[in-house]
Amino acid sequence: MNTIVKHRRTLLAGVAGMSALTLMLAACSGSSSDGSSEGSGDGASNLNFLAINENETIPTTLTTLSENECKAQNEAQPLKISTQAQSTLDQQLQLLAGQGALPQVFISANAPTLNAQLAEQGSLQDVGEALDTLGISDDILPAATSVIENLYDGQQLVLPTELNIEGIWYNKQLLADNGIEVPTTWDELVDAFATLKAAGVQPVSQAGKGGDGWGVTRWVGNYIARDLGPDALKAVRDGEAKLTDPEYVAAADAIADLGANGYFGDSPTSIDYSTALNTFLTGGSGFIYMGSWAVSAFNDPEQNKIGEDNIGFMQFPEVTGGAGSADQMPANVGTALAISAKGFADDTATQDWVRCIADNYGTVALRDSGQVTGFAVTGDVEVSPLSQLVQDQIAAVDTSILWFEAYFSAEATTTSQNDGGLLASGQLSGEDFMTQVQSNLD
Amino acid sequence: MNNVLGDKRAIFVLLGPALLVYSLVMLVPMLWSLGYTFFTGSVITGFEWTGFDNFTELVQDPAVRDALVFTLKYAVVITVGQVAAGYSLSLLYVFFLRKASGLIRTLVFFPVVLPTVAVALLFQKFFEYAPQTGPVNSLLEAVGLHGVDWFGTPATAFWVLALMDIWRSMGFYAVLLYAGLVDIPDELLESARLDGAAGWRLVRSIVLPLSLPVLISSIIFSINGTLKVFDSIYALTGGGPGSGTTPLTLLMYRTSFFYGDYGYGSTIAFALTILCLAVTVFIFRANKRDLTQG
Repeated sequence: MNTIVKHRRTLLAGVAGMSALTLMLAACSGSSSDGSSEGSGDGASNLNFLAINENETIPTTLTTLSENECKAQNEAQPLKISTQAQSTLDQQLQLLAGQGALPQVFISANAPTLNAQLAEQGSLQDVGEALDTLGISDDILPAATSVIENLYDGQQLVLPTELNIEGIWYNKQLLADNGIEVPTTWDELVDAFATLKAAGVQPVSQAGKGGDGWGVTRWVGNYIARDLGPDALKAVRDGEAKLTDPEYVAAADAIADLGANGYFGDSPTSIDYSTALNTFLTGGSGFIYMGSWAVSAFNDPEQNKIGEDNIGFMQFPEVTGGAGSADQMPANVGTALAISAKGFADDTATQDWVRCIADNYGTVALRDSGQVTGFAVTGDVEVSPLSQLVQDQIAAVDTSILWFEAYFSAEATTTSQNDGGLLASGQLSGEDFMTQVQSNLD
Repeated sequence: MNNVLGDKRAIFVLLGPALLVYSLVMLVPMLWSLGYTFFTGSVITGFEWTGFDNFTELVQDPAVRDALVFTLKYAVVITVGQVAAGYSLSLLYVFFLRKASGLIRTLVFFPVVLPTVAVALLFQKFFEYAPQTGPVNSLLEAVGLHGVDWFGTPATAFWVLALMDIWRSMGFYAVLLYAGLVDIPDELLESARLDGAAGWRLVRSIVLPLSLPVLISSIIFSINGTLKVFDSIYALTGGGPGSGTTPLTLLMYRTSFFYGDYGYGSTIAFALTILCLAVTVFIFRANKRDLTQG
């Protein structure tokens, strides 16, 4: 009898223990808050959209669409937005893709190589094919399609919620006060910097803190394009040239020289993107290299203290004797949208959403945010002079070029952008910079 | 009780669930991670068997060498700093402040409970150079010196990092070592004083040997924590400028999750585990002798 009781007690204790363990594990496991599967196809109950904290325009525009032009689509599949820090977006996308849980729509990865990998793995919908299927390929501007295909080896993997040109913006008043004509060559630009520095004005405002060093490496990439021609970085990607070749090192040295002369300010390694922009918009510097996405800040009187009319735009100047031309415009589609293959394939509600976005996004973003996108605009939309300037420049683009890191691996991109600040502060020579980046490419 | 603990089934029932949970959350991931060291790739690109290639790369990789040097330098400086500061504070509590030490203990302990990111932001502002001048540089300029771009070079960034981490952790070590010091019998201290020991002599001959076990524990605790440092560096310098303050943990994180190479990232993690183990064993072996036995 005692033995039976002992066995029962042991069994009871064992069952209780395992039950507690099961409950603990169940409590630790995740669950979807609304009971719907995240981003799955087969008629998902929501249109899940993964945004980034740093970009408010896209969620705002999609929300506007959901309340107006895409109201019917929103009733069938309500828009649900979640956000993520841009710096950890790629990591999150890898995690979600690994679990087959990508939301239907998400901000595309920072590293183009990751987008290409996701497409190869079958997680990312080829947007070009999707638009063909829906019969709305004309909703995307040819210039945007060209930039995307240039980036992804002929594939159209993302929706262009931005279409940016890049160049050097300048403070007209500061240049006039110091007797500086708008530079047309690299030498003239460097002379202008020297004049401003001598007058006690910071010549260029450019971020170099942590990953914000991309602002500096844009200077390197553009110098290479002007000096060696628009395909010079493609040659590095294809293994036909190395960044450590003397002609490439010369470009990095040119930027390191600017840093050594203090043209990027006292401490570029301490300056982040917002501070750099703020310095320019409060009259603290003569020049800033920036994409046209900054026009929304230029148009905002709260941020722009020097006046919208006081800002001019110049193309990155030519390098004397170089193979490139100033007309070859650095362009990109900035923060773009991607669509998950699984979420799009069998879900007509999601497909309706994509059609509605492609039809209306360009008009709403331009009208409400002054954002120039790669979508076609329908009807007349009144825009600010700077937005108009951007549109005119985009229309005039004959050959577009990509940014320095566009063809790099994630590792080389991180090294390049982290080291950008050191280059701008003159702590790193051009050769050391190129050697470090090239070592990640080998 | 003896009946229960003598029954193998009872032992299994009592320990089984905990052992199962431990195995699931600790041992399996560790073995899984070890398995990754023989592969390259990620869940996106797929995994490919590479044998010992990751270990070969580990030995040759200059980024690993730089991160290892930084990690060891950081571990030594911070361990010495936080244990020495903690021990000094604990001596202060026991021999000078005595029962009045409660308030000071609380104040010194306070940074331990502050979120790392908040402390890092505080120090970023303290040592700011541009575009605004932080209090430290203002003070330097007020006494006629030039401001320093603290986060502009790896060397100065390291010392700000060291100061921050010692400041925020010394309260913890002070309390830990204080617990060891209050265990020393008063009679022993009294008899030493009667024999003429006082001040540094008392500390060196009596207090230090008797508090050595807890001191060794603190050093092991500290060195393992500092070898695995991540959050404070990530929040304060992000590993920069450039890669000047990048420890092995941050390199491992970037390699695995940013560069999408889980295999090589796991290999770096494995190297770090071996390093922690080796340092711990070394400290234990170096202190086998019981100093209280003369």
